[in-house]
Amino acid sequence: MSINAGNLDKNEYFYGHKACAGCGGSLAVRAALKVLGERSVAVLPAGCMSAVGFNFPQLCFSNNAIISMFAGTASMLTGAEAGLRRKGYKDFHAVGFAGDGGTADIGIQALSGAIDRDDDIIYICYDNEAYMNTGIQKSGLTPYGARTTTTPAGENIRGNIRPKKNMFEIAAAHDIPYAATATVGYITDFMNKVEKASKIRGTKYIHVIAPCPTGWGVPVNDTIDVAREIVDCGLWYLAEYENGKFTLNRDPKEFTDAEKYLLRQGRFRHLTKEDIDVIITSRDKKWEKIRKEWK
Amino acid sequence: MNKYLSGDEAFAEGVRLACPDVISAYPITPQTVVVEKLSEMVENGSLDAEFIHVESEHSALSCAIGASAAGVRTFTATSSQGLLYMAEGLVYASGGRFPVVMMNANRATALPWNIYGDQRDSLALLDTGWIQAYAENAQEALDLALMSFYIAEHKDVSTPFMANLDGFVLTHTYENVEIPSQEQAKEFLPPYETENRFDFEHPKNMAFSAGPETNYIFKYKEHKAFDRAVNVIEQAEKRFAEIFGRKYSGLVDAYLTDDADFVIITLGTAAGLCRTVADELRSDGIKAGVLRIRYMRPFPVKEIAEHLKNAKAAAVLEKDISFGYAGTVYINTAAAFQSGGITAKLSNFIGGLGGRDISADDIRDIYKKLQNGTEGVEFIGIGGDN
Repeated sequence: MSINAGNLDKNEYFYGHKACAGCGGSLAVRAALKVLGERSVAVLPAGCMSAVGFNFPQLCFSNNAIISMFAGTASMLTGAEAGLRRKGYKDFHAVGFAGDGGTADIGIQALSGAIDRDDDIIYICYDNEAYMNTGIQKSGLTPYGARTTTTPAGENIRGNIRPKKNMFEIAAAHDIPYAATATVGYITDFMNKVEKASKIRGTKYIHVIAPCPTGWGVPVNDTIDVAREIVDCGLWYLAEYENGKFTLNRDPKEFTDAEKYLLRQGRFRHLTKEDIDVIITSRDKKWEKIRKEWK
Repeated sequence: MNKYLSGDEAFAEGVRLACPDVISAYPITPQTVVVEKLSEMVENGSLDAEFIHVESEHSALSCAIGASAAGVRTFTATSSQGLLYMAEGLVYASGGRFPVVMMNANRATALPWNIYGDQRDSLALLDTGWIQAYAENAQEALDLALMSFYIAEHKDVSTPFMANLDGFVLTHTYENVEIPSQEQAKEFLPPYETENRFDFEHPKNMAFSAGPETNYIFKYKEHKAFDRAVNVIEQAEKRFAEIFGRKYSGLVDAYLTDDADFVIITLGTAAGLCRTVADELRSDGIKAGVLRIRYMRPFPVKEIAEHLKNAKAAAVLEKDISFGYAGTVYINTAAAFQSGGITAKLSNFIGGLGGRDISADDIRDIYKKLQNGTEGVEFIGIGGDN
């Protein structure tokens, strides 16, 4: 039976933290732990979720949890999983929650190592598309055009000039047992992917879009809406990689207005018509490939 | 059972006898033999452990910390650049009170690149909150491997342990080594028990943040653990002697220091040649002595004062330099002289960098300079042209 609002675990495992109003990342952690339950060990690197959840003596996880070194989410997960197994524990989940910088930049080596070893862990990247905890600096997953504090938008350069690193396909290229993309906007889809991952042996990678109202420049009550719209307008997609095959989970007949998605956010408000055309052209090219190869 | 083993092999035998649950390591010369031997032991079933092939030293220590947080015995090994790459993890392991044991093959640090032995790698990381021991021979390496787990994991200590072996001179030099039985090792080393671990019955949040109000309390406790480590080291060696019959002398290993006028203080393998030269000088009527420091942390403040109280002059001979000042061992020793009220003049000789040989003549020369009066920092063998 798939997970839905009705049968979801009523217990809270990430509670009383100091995340900002409308935080998409904390929602991803909260929802995933409701799926994985109390026999989970959560590993979180330096970043938003560890900064808001682990301030002694106010410790916010009611399951076992630990902060890892920034580059060490995956390697600490490996050690924790092996250690717990050696300790004689069975039926537990070792789950990591790292941000986009912690995953695609500083943590990519350790993540690649863990997938290569096929360690029995779940790695969840909550992607808010910049280093939000330190004040909105560009990461390898900041999208093309976005204004951050290290990619200012001015006369000469209009924000970040590079597209997002494709972490989902990088994970898949390791021939990982399971990888998926998700968004907190379609939270049931995300939770069911976590549930699916929890039943597969080996390394699992889930990449979930988790808007940061502060960094994105949207009202705090728009998190879910903007996290849906990113999929609906085709700038993100819901897909899975399993048994060596890609599957597209959602194939909208018609995209909603990408320009509207972009311009509702402060980080994209400076974009010109030409910039938006670049984004839409790249989106269409990607979807042409996806629709051809992943169906 | 006796075997002809290199320092690396002997240390691996000690680790096997300690039965770690998780070993995570990345290869680097001259540490490689340790991880190769441990891999062989896992393969042939003489060691029941998870050997995790991590993709870097940073991950090796991160993985070991994760396993230690699960409450199991952990081991890693590295050297030089690898140790420096782990540096962030060193303070992480000690701050979290995770008693990871690591063997470090002392090797020069780049640049210029150099694979041979000196002690700049570990001494540069003296302040990372690890117990630091330095072995002199292969037997001591094996014995230290066993004792390191006892000391690190002791509930009064809960502090990671770095056992240092001089690169090549010790790691790759063969000696006759007595390997204790597994039964004896079991008798010596109790299983690792801790509350500092994940627990599904009583879940824990670990490796957290602590602000200005509480941070210093954690640091104070970390510091106090080193005071208790002094007693635990003594206790471990006493127990070791009872079970295995081999005696060790705590934080230092003194040779003829009781009545010595001139003493060389050093670490690791250099001590052997110093003793030979001291014997030679003694036959000429010169009262020479040697003090080998076995533990740089906790530092043998009291022991140094005790052994140097009758000396006229002393030199620290070491394979490292803290640029802009002096050798790290000298700096530490000078502070112990001051606090211990030692009036002997203390000078500093830097040698063996990048694996350069320290000869008996070099040591004779140091003793001669001590007799004639010397001070400051001198690089052994440096010519006027340099």
